[in-house]
Amino acid sequence: MHRHSTHFFSCMAALMLAASTLCVHGLLVSQWAGPSLAQKSALVRTLRLTDLCLFTEASYTRHSSMADLSTPFQDSPCAFEHFPSGSLLAPPRHLSGVHPSRMTVTKNDR
Amino acid sequence: MTGNFERQRSIIDFTIASLLRRKGKNGALLVVYTLIIFLLSSVIFFTHALKREAAQVLQEAPEIIVQRTLTGRYQPIPLSYAARIREIRGVVSVRPRLWGYYYDGNFLANYTFVIPDEFPPPVGSVIIGSGIAKLREASPGDIIGFTGYDGKPQSYRVKEVLAEQSQLLSADLILISESDYRALSGIPADLTTDLVLKVRNRKEFATIAEKITKLLPDTRPIIRNEILRTYDAIFSWRSGIVIVIFSSAALAFVIFAWDKATGLSAEERKEIGILKAVGWESSDVLLMKFWEGLVISLSAFLLGTVLGYIHVFIGSSILFVPVLKGWSTLYPEFKLVPFVDFGHLAAIFALTVVPYTITTIIPSWRVATMDPDSVLR
Amino acid sequence: MINAHGIGKVFNADQPNEFIALTDVSVAIHLNEVTILKGPSGSGKTTLLGIIGCMARPTTGRIVLGEREMTSLPERFLTSIRRQTFGFIFQQFNLIKGLTALENVMIPAYPLGEKHSLLRERALEIMALFNLAHRADARIEWLSGGEAQRVAIARALINDPPFIIADEPTAHLDTKLSREFMAIMRRLKENGKTIVLASHDPIVYDSDLAEQVIEMCDGRVLSTGRNGRQAGLTLFA
Repeated sequence: MHRHSTHFFSCMAALMLAASTLCVHGLLVSQWAGPSLAQKSALVRTLRLTDLCLFTEASYTRHSSMADLSTPFQDSPCAFEHFPSGSLLAPPRHLSGVHPSRMTVTKNDR
Repeated sequence: MTGNFERQRSIIDFTIASLLRRKGKNGALLVVYTLIIFLLSSVIFFTHALKREAAQVLQEAPEIIVQRTLTGRYQPIPLSYAARIREIRGVVSVRPRLWGYYYDGNFLANYTFVIPDEFPPPVGSVIIGSGIAKLREASPGDIIGFTGYDGKPQSYRVKEVLAEQSQLLSADLILISESDYRALSGIPADLTTDLVLKVRNRKEFATIAEKITKLLPDTRPIIRNEILRTYDAIFSWRSGIVIVIFSSAALAFVIFAWDKATGLSAEERKEIGILKAVGWESSDVLLMKFWEGLVISLSAFLLGTVLGYIHVFIGSSILFVPVLKGWSTLYPEFKLVPFVDFGHLAAIFALTVVPYTITTIIPSWRVATMDPDSVLR
Repeated sequence: MINAHGIGKVFNADQPNEFIALTDVSVAIHLNEVTILKGPSGSGKTTLLGIIGCMARPTTGRIVLGEREMTSLPERFLTSIRRQTFGFIFQQFNLIKGLTALENVMIPAYPLGEKHSLLRERALEIMALFNLAHRADARIEWLSGGEAQRVAIARALINDPPFIIADEPTAHLDTKLSREFMAIMRRLKENGKTIVLASHDPIVYDSDLAEQVIEMCDGRVLSTGRNGRQAGLTLFA
């Protein structure tokens, strides 16, 4: 029989089921990830790593635990951000390799 | 018991029937609401999983690292410092750590050269991270070239590519032998990048760090706890940026929901009057409003979090990639271990479902307690 | 029976738009009778119906339902009395738009927690009585005026109340439908219902159905007539 509450309950049940399936997925996968995490830990130990490779734009983002407040001036050409505002600005075009003047230089080289 | 259950069910029937009358508006509301919760839960899933992984993996990071600063920048540290630090009581060993960056102008990418302390690759060969292998289309056996400090090209045979599953640590790494790296980078033989210390007792980390700065004032020791703390904090502002972007959307939603939930339209007012006139009690009307809020917000919450989980842990946070990779050309794929914090989920629930439901109930409160005659008039 | 003693109702008291709707109205509604409130619009019929039906409280005076004094009861009790005792048929029908006719009929019974299948069956039975069974799944806005009113009547009957109260029931109906309405009221009366109608339509107040006709003007009772003998007992307030 057609009842709105029946539809609602079945939708909720379906979503709950999906959510619990994902919970099981999470538990299983994070358990299976044990060996891979151990392997990563081993890599950290043998290579004496200090940081995750998340952002390779600048030294302070690549090795953020090695950075301090006096480092913003020692970064690579494409490094631009240190404070959150940096994430909202693109690097200047003359540094990004698509600048017209740089393009012509490359052409002349060839 | 069954009577109460039937009462709830009948009121839900009515609530949904009345929500379905404004399919477009309520549908849009549900979609936007779901999207907001999807974004919020994605950010929380992502940052939490990354933090957990960082905390777990970096547990093995060096206990203390000593850097040298000169003219306000990091400079290579003289190997002679190692001998002086070793004399501090409690220090078990001091090993030089040699590493550095390399900017590849052709690919606009930054690499990290690392010299393994044990079992470095043979001279003339390198082991590269999977990110570099992908970027430069290099596989084992290929020759890979870099420009030395003196402008001379140097080439090495790729001995091995590091496993893809460790790319969160190693995507941009190049493992190389010490002599090759000194030749490539031009770093003098008596200098190294920094020093790695082993200490007898972990309780002494802070005192030893203090002793080092006293002994060698131009050095800066970094304790493992500080490394771990960095990763707890950096994602806060990283996720903070996402939240800044997200909050403008959320704010728009709040206004929308506020308008929807608090502004009781003349029609809704009249409806409540009718319900009261035909014999609904104030509590029945409020129960109906409670379900109205809950139907929308619970659906959005469940749908949003399920989609958020799928997005982050099955879809590798594909929507965040533009934000995360920033301006870099070399970045890992974010295949994270699905560590889920139920406390965070409860917080999302408390911050979305609860206030929404309450803002749906509150405005009807007064009308629900009035005489139906004065509402209908 | 229902006794109203010295009912007065003032809207927006002590404000510039103060409006006196009823002054010192006393009426008695007898069980299993048809009582008709007759009078021009603005005479206070609707307000009096609302007060008799516990939808509003009088400013002064008392309502006694059976043995029970209603005026001082808290809102919660008033609601449950309203639900058990009165079925309302509004002038504008006051059906809820967007829902089906069947849903509208069932609404008053929702808070009672009756088993849905039974309730639905009952609602369909009542609708069948009024020749509405084929319109059960039609939305309210698709119904004709006569159908909408019959839905409103069916809704008033779903909780099987002893009293039926209708405000200007024929205002939106043509003569044929108005007569049909009166025929329905006759059937309800035969089934033992007590009926109170407010109307200024001769089809209603001249009907032989009425045991009592109360004539109202400007918020006062002009006359109360019994068994069709209007103005038999005249009370000038």
